[in-house]
Amino acid sequence: MSETEFAPWLNPGEKPLIRFRNVTKNFGDFTALDDLTLDIYEREFFALLGPSGCGKTTLMRMLAGFETPTRGTIELAGKNIVPVPPNRRAVNMMFQSYALFPHLSVWENIAFGLKRDRMPKADMDARVEKMLKLTRLEKFAQRKPHQISGGQRQRVALARSLAKAPKLLLLDEPLGALDAKLRQDTQFELMDIQEKTGTTFVIVTHDQEEAMTVASRIAVMDHGRIVQADTPANIYEQPNSVYVADFIGDVNIIEGTVSPTGDGKFSLHWKEGQPPLTATSDRPFSAGDACHLAIRPEKVAISAQEPEEAVNVVKGKVLDIAYLGNLSTYHVELPTGTIIKAQTANTRRLSNRQITWEDTVWLSWTVTAGVLLAE
Amino acid sequence: MIRRVLLIAVPYLWLLALFLVPFVIVLKISLSDIALAIPPYTPTLDFSAGWEGIRTFFAGLDFENFVWLTQDDLYWKAYLSSVWIATFSTAITLLVGYPIAYGMARAPLEWRPTLMMLVILPFWTSFLIRVYSWMGILSNEGFLNQLLLWLGLIDTPLIILNTNTAVYIGIVYTYLPFMILPIYAALERLDDSLIEAAEDLGCSRLTAFWLVTVPLSRNGIIAGSFLVFIPALGEFVIPSLLGGSQTLMIGKVLWEEFFSNRDWPVASAVAVVLLLLLIMPIVLFQRNQQKQQEAET
Ligand SMILES: Nc1ncnc2c1ncn2[C@@H]1O[C@H](COP(=O)(O)OP(=O)(O)O)[C@@H](O)[C@H]1O
Ligand SMILES: [Mg+2]
Repeated sequence: MSETEFAPWLNPGEKPLIRFRNVTKNFGDFTALDDLTLDIYEREFFALLGPSGCGKTTLMRMLAGFETPTRGTIELAGKNIVPVPPNRRAVNMMFQSYALFPHLSVWENIAFGLKRDRMPKADMDARVEKMLKLTRLEKFAQRKPHQISGGQRQRVALARSLAKAPKLLLLDEPLGALDAKLRQDTQFELMDIQEKTGTTFVIVTHDQEEAMTVASRIAVMDHGRIVQADTPANIYEQPNSVYVADFIGDVNIIEGTVSPTGDGKFSLHWKEGQPPLTATSDRPFSAGDACHLAIRPEKVAISAQEPEEAVNVVKGKVLDIAYLGNLSTYHVELPTGTIIKAQTANTRRLSNRQITWEDTVWLSWTVTAGVLLAE
Repeated sequence: MIRRVLLIAVPYLWLLALFLVPFVIVLKISLSDIALAIPPYTPTLDFSAGWEGIRTFFAGLDFENFVWLTQDDLYWKAYLSSVWIATFSTAITLLVGYPIAYGMARAPLEWRPTLMMLVILPFWTSFLIRVYSWMGILSNEGFLNQLLLWLGLIDTPLIILNTNTAVYIGIVYTYLPFMILPIYAALERLDDSLIEAAEDLGCSRLTAFWLVTVPLSRNGIIAGSFLVFIPALGEFVIPSLLGGSQTLMIGKVLWEEFFSNRDWPVASAVAVVLLLLLIMPIVLFQRNQQKQQEAET
């Protein structure tokens, strides 16, 4: 691996900054986190992604110290932090609601944590100024939280949580309240700040695009478990389950049974009377295993004529076309009733596009386009 | 236009009828002289004498009674003692009321209406009956002394009834709900994540309480304190039933001037001064309420 690429999780000698070991959290008889094991490395921008209620906030609150695990340990820089109260952890959190102190000015909010550490006045002034500058809030230092906009409040919350230069910064759905445009700008700003300060960020989000944009790694969660933790590209290209494939982006799932044909290739029998599909996989499936083939719509080619040399070809009828500006998604119904989505870039003008509703079309993809998944 | 005038006029008419008119009457009596008559003061306005009657009426008014208030040290001592008793009781009420309000605001959501009910419940019985019950509790043979004797904590009964201590107990007990409710209202709105944020930034539980909870419930504390202080200052029933001969409160002095001495003019002068004394806290209270409303919009 080249030295420039940031991938400490591939290096077995690297010590993780955070280490969850078999952490379980029960609320009464409800299990919010279920035997969860996870390593997060220094300088990572780690995203927790999952549907509402899957335990993201709970995991975050454990790092901050507001919840204690029912079982298991959490280590920060090699030390078990479970018994350490929140005010003694080198961890700061940016709250989902921002939780700015309404009775204090922007300046005092940012200085709040520094004052608790009894930082000398001059150092504190300098530090607050630096934070104000980083978040471009210099002009608003003397305002109260209710006198500034939502976006500015969010930046105050960020500045306040960064002021103490924590080892670890936790962000719980930090951009939830912002509109799309501001959200995007802020994502880039966050990445920029993360890079400048070298702080490890753990961000909670339920927005997959946001996770893909900002994160070095993403953990996809479901029912208190981590289903897959990997880089955005691997999560997208190499999902380990139908759940992950379906959660991130759009996907076609074709169910069937496989039989190995050698060379890492498998044929998938998916419907009576249809030729089997071919796909590669490095996972060892044996003949007769139930299997799912997951293919992204943009990997499916659509054509009005039968393609000559394609391995996997199916014929169908255009049911629907979703025009997205730069892209179009075709919903194609196969004679078997299955619907497959195919996506193409709109490089031509709309008027001279050749495929339209009710047209008979051929869909094709290569052997490596899809992923075979057991579950 | 007429609608607007009416809208503004109604509260002013209300104020005029219920406050200004009675005040002017009391003020007038305070400027009169005592007389053995019915009513027991002179002059009275005699319209039948025409213009001349009005002239003699005004000529008969003077500030004699107010001068008298400064000459007999009973009055200023009573005022001062009332201010002290009211201040001290307000402070105790705050100390007792704040934790109760805090506990209520932290209680599970489904308990809160019940707890609120318990705070308001005493108002369902007569105030007088409740003060009398305290006499039963605090007297030498009362429940409290019997309990303490039975527990063996004391050998001889404590003398509480007819002392200032009994007055403090009475005032704190009576006005506690007025302290609890506004503080509870402020604390209930407090976002828990603010406390967590404070802890996250390095506060212990206690400092988070001082730096976040207390400042954010300030308006409730101020409102509650005024709601206790203002009526406690002029309190008459509690000191006369629970207090002793050495308990000096202006409400009691006022009552005695009216009903024992039948000196209506001096009693009225005492009342006017009491009112002037109360105007300051009332104005401050109004200001606080107004500021709070502005902050919320
Ligand atoms: N203090 C608590 N008491 C009881 N249940 C809780 C508590 N906190 C969270 N939960 C439950 O745990 C689950 C996970 O919650 P959370 O971590 O907030 O999910 P997420 O942030 O992923 O939406 C939810 O079903 C929630 O109802
Ligand atoms: Mg959450």
